[in-house]
Amino acid sequence: MLELSFTARNVLMGASLLGVLGGIMGCFAFLRRQSLLGDALAHAALPGVCLGFLLTGAKTPLPLFAGALVAGLIGSLTILLIVRFSRLKEDTAIGMVLSVFFGIGIVLLTYIQKLPEGNQSGLDKYLFGQAATLMPRDIRLMSVLTVLVLGTVALFYKELKLLCFDREYGASLGYPMRRLEVLLTLLLVVVVVVGLQTVGVILIVATLVMPAAAARQWTESLGVMLLLSGFFGGAAGAAGALASSQIAKLPTGPVIVLISSAVLIASLLFAPRRGLLWSRLEDVRMVRRILSENLLKDLYVLGERRGDWREPVGAPELMGMRGQAYGQLRRVAKRLRRDGLLDLQADVLRLTDGGMDAAKRIVRKHRLWELYLTRQLELAADHVHRDADAMEHTLSEEAVSLLDEKLGYPRVDPHGQPIPRLGAAGAGAMGAAT
Amino acid sequence: MSPKNATAVDREPAVEVHDLTVAYHTQPVLWDIDLTLPEGQLIAIVGPNGAGKSTLLKTILGLVQPISGWVRICGASYRQRRSWVAYVPQRESVDWDFPTSALDVVTMGLYGRLGWFRRPVARHRTLAMECLEKVGIGHLSTRQISQLSGGQQQRVFLARALAQEAQLYFMDEPFAGVDATTERAILGLLQELRATGKTVVAVHHDLHTVAEYFDHVVLLNMRLVAAGPVATTFTQENLQRTYGGKLTVLTQATEDLLRARAENPALQQPAGPPPGEGS
Repeated sequence: MLELSFTARNVLMGASLLGVLGGIMGCFAFLRRQSLLGDALAHAALPGVCLGFLLTGAKTPLPLFAGALVAGLIGSLTILLIVRFSRLKEDTAIGMVLSVFFGIGIVLLTYIQKLPEGNQSGLDKYLFGQAATLMPRDIRLMSVLTVLVLGTVALFYKELKLLCFDREYGASLGYPMRRLEVLLTLLLVVVVVVGLQTVGVILIVATLVMPAAAARQWTESLGVMLLLSGFFGGAAGAAGALASSQIAKLPTGPVIVLISSAVLIASLLFAPRRGLLWSRLEDVRMVRRILSENLLKDLYVLGERRGDWREPVGAPELMGMRGQAYGQLRRVAKRLRRDGLLDLQADVLRLTDGGMDAAKRIVRKHRLWELYLTRQLELAADHVHRDADAMEHTLSEEAVSLLDEKLGYPRVDPHGQPIPRLGAAGAGAMGAAT
Repeated sequence: MSPKNATAVDREPAVEVHDLTVAYHTQPVLWDIDLTLPEGQLIAIVGPNGAGKSTLLKTILGLVQPISGWVRICGASYRQRRSWVAYVPQRESVDWDFPTSALDVVTMGLYGRLGWFRRPVARHRTLAMECLEKVGIGHLSTRQISQLSGGQQQRVFLARALAQEAQLYFMDEPFAGVDATTERAILGLLQELRATGKTVVAVHHDLHTVAEYFDHVVLLNMRLVAAGPVATTFTQENLQRTYGGKLTVLTQATEDLLRARAENPALQQPAGPPPGEGS
């Protein structure tokens, strides 16, 4: 275990608490597409902190917290009022409140620092955060607020979910959605106030946005997303606190932000299904499938021309079919051999029974689709080949049998070539061809 | 909600709208709507884009506050009748990338009955599952909702409304953007609802199917053009009056009204107490 100083323990506690709280509450802001609301609330809290100091002259946390809370609430209320009673949209309202309140805050802060006792006020730590100044009494206050906020979320979980997913439907059920919206905003203000001393006004939005965005990548369930986001936030907070306690001169808040951004980037890249890497892999898989299916189809068509599928085909002949390079043909053929669809000896290829079935399926899709386009959509026969080339890789088996039925189980495509049936022997299809 | 209560007000029309005028910001407005909708029928609300069809629906449901007029549902305010009413919003009105499953969305239909703080339990999920099966997609219950096709998403919304076990169903474009199979399935469902004495009011955009699908039609274009049984009301002449010609005068008047309201705060107060203030 690491040996932690008194300060480091406080920082660790505070940063983890804030991370968990911000992570969970950030999900709601994220899902309502109000990520920037947290930013505005944080900036709006600054004048409150300053007024709290001016009114009480105290450095104890409670008046400053209270000031931040009140100012944050006024800021959020101002946004709601601007949106409701003016023609300005929410993004403009958020931008206005953020900058105006922050401007007032900076004016007050500058004034305080020119006061005789101002230099020691330490209020500038609320700008960028200074976790090292966290005291046990701050931690106690943060814990109480965390329990309060998370308890409220647990109590109103169902209602908040309704608010985030389908506000109007919730209203039609009789839930007071506007009041729930105010409640959610109030909870966000509390989170922001909790985080002021640790991460500061400017960076606090990161603790709301990044864990939530990262968690969304990994799950399709709101409950899991909340827990995961809380975990990401808490872990980033703890890691940031530990890093800054072990390495001199590392500022805690910004390090936490950097760690959670790393978590977010990793999630955006590597998460299954939603990740970038995953969709790249899907693309590669698709390209491979298309290449394999094209080769199977080429072998079938060549066999059809000769009237014999048993005769092996040489690589040059296949390369000529669609101008394919030798290396690529080898790679595709080897994959098909591995799947048991192809006999491959030296540069000579032959479809196995399984390969024959697979090839028939593809050709069938292609020719049925061509027929569909010419008959139902009345396109010219010489226009449909390329469309069918794309569809043969995507049509599902159900769609194919539906097509077959709709077209009346046709025997030949618009070019007069036979449409292979599954189960029928190759010889039967061959007979139809000749 | 109990059928006994429902029979007690059988004489009352399902929906009664009196002198309803609605305007908000730049959205379409409704002028002096007087409307009575009968019980136990499939009712279409039809009109061109911007005619205020959705707005009428939302005002009946108390989601939009009218400037004047009132709405009664089975002889009482929406607030009193809330448990008799189910709402199917437009499919595009929500973000389908929300992290939740089809079954979970349907379970939301039970939230009204559950009330504050109570969470759905296994019994409620069974109920929701039955509703999903009724709309023919029980096998997709665990599917994330963005993985569903448009038709399947529409079915999820319908199942959610079914879970409310309402007497009256208000649907905003239930047939919009669905495939032919889903359209058949939804129609079958609506007919089933009618067979059990329910009333369905649906905003509908496809004029070709109005006569085939619905019993009663409301033709709307900022004001009520006509309302009544499809056979007598859904006429060429009425359609001409609904869709034909630009309503320049009414549009101009709307702009004047909005400007006056912006300049004179006194005009912003709703005139007259609506008995069914909803939210």
